[in-house]
Amino acid sequence: MATVLVNVPARARRGEIIEIKTLISHPMETGYRRSELGVPIPRDIIRKFVCTYNGTDVFSAELHPAIAANPFIVFTTIAIESGTLAFHWTGDNGFSATESATITVE
Amino acid sequence: MNRREFLRTTGGAAASLGLASLIVVEPARATTPAMQEAIRKVVGGARVNAGKVKLELPPLSENGHAVPLAVRVESPMTAADHVRAIHVFTERNPQPDVATFRLGPRAGHARVATRIRLADTQTVIAISELSDGSFWSGSAEVVVTLAACLEGGP
Repeated sequence: MATVLVNVPARARRGEIIEIKTLISHPMETGYRRSELGVPIPRDIIRKFVCTYNGTDVFSAELHPAIAANPFIVFTTIAIESGTLAFHWTGDNGFSATESATITVE
Repeated sequence: MNRREFLRTTGGAAASLGLASLIVVEPARATTPAMQEAIRKVVGGARVNAGKVKLELPPLSENGHAVPLAVRVESPMTAADHVRAIHVFTERNPQPDVATFRLGPRAGHARVATRIRLADTQTVIAISELSDGSFWSGSAEVVVTLAACLEGGP
């Protein structure tokens, strides 16, 4: 199971632009490397990341092997209402991870 | 024709040729065919203008396995005028695509950051797709001392 770290401010003023940082443990194996025996190591990467705010997609990313291991993604969103920010990562070999954070908007 | 005259005329021709090819690739500054192809797949036949996009990368990176990258696009990020997507490409990685970030007016700022792998000293290009359908690009050059992909590593 992948370790996930998400940084979302717990409170924000309505209309404030908040910064969200996400980090997930994943080797992001490129598919271009070979093992010590010369056998190609198959690709194993996270392909997609999506962030939803109370069910609405606010940000997404499509990743390729050039993203460093343990993908770190920083983006912003406007705090419009109290609720839940959900984060979802999907990738090769059926990889899937989910995390969520709550925010209070006043 | 003596040697001096020959050099003057051919040298001049070569210089103007070089200049001409530079002007053709200028908008996206795409230099390798693989990168040009990857960019064409994203923008289609649209023109890519230089500007509006600021790509922040360290000029010198000791470790190509994780190079911090940040992209900012000048945009008011309103419903009528916002950034729809930011695409990042590299020149000399085994594959030119790096990532596509999709955002919208709810992002507030057109600003993303991540960490990328670089296989070599090269130019990185970010292309931003705006809500009016136009494309803007920015680029940065990075000198990499320890390349990703070649020396194993994560």
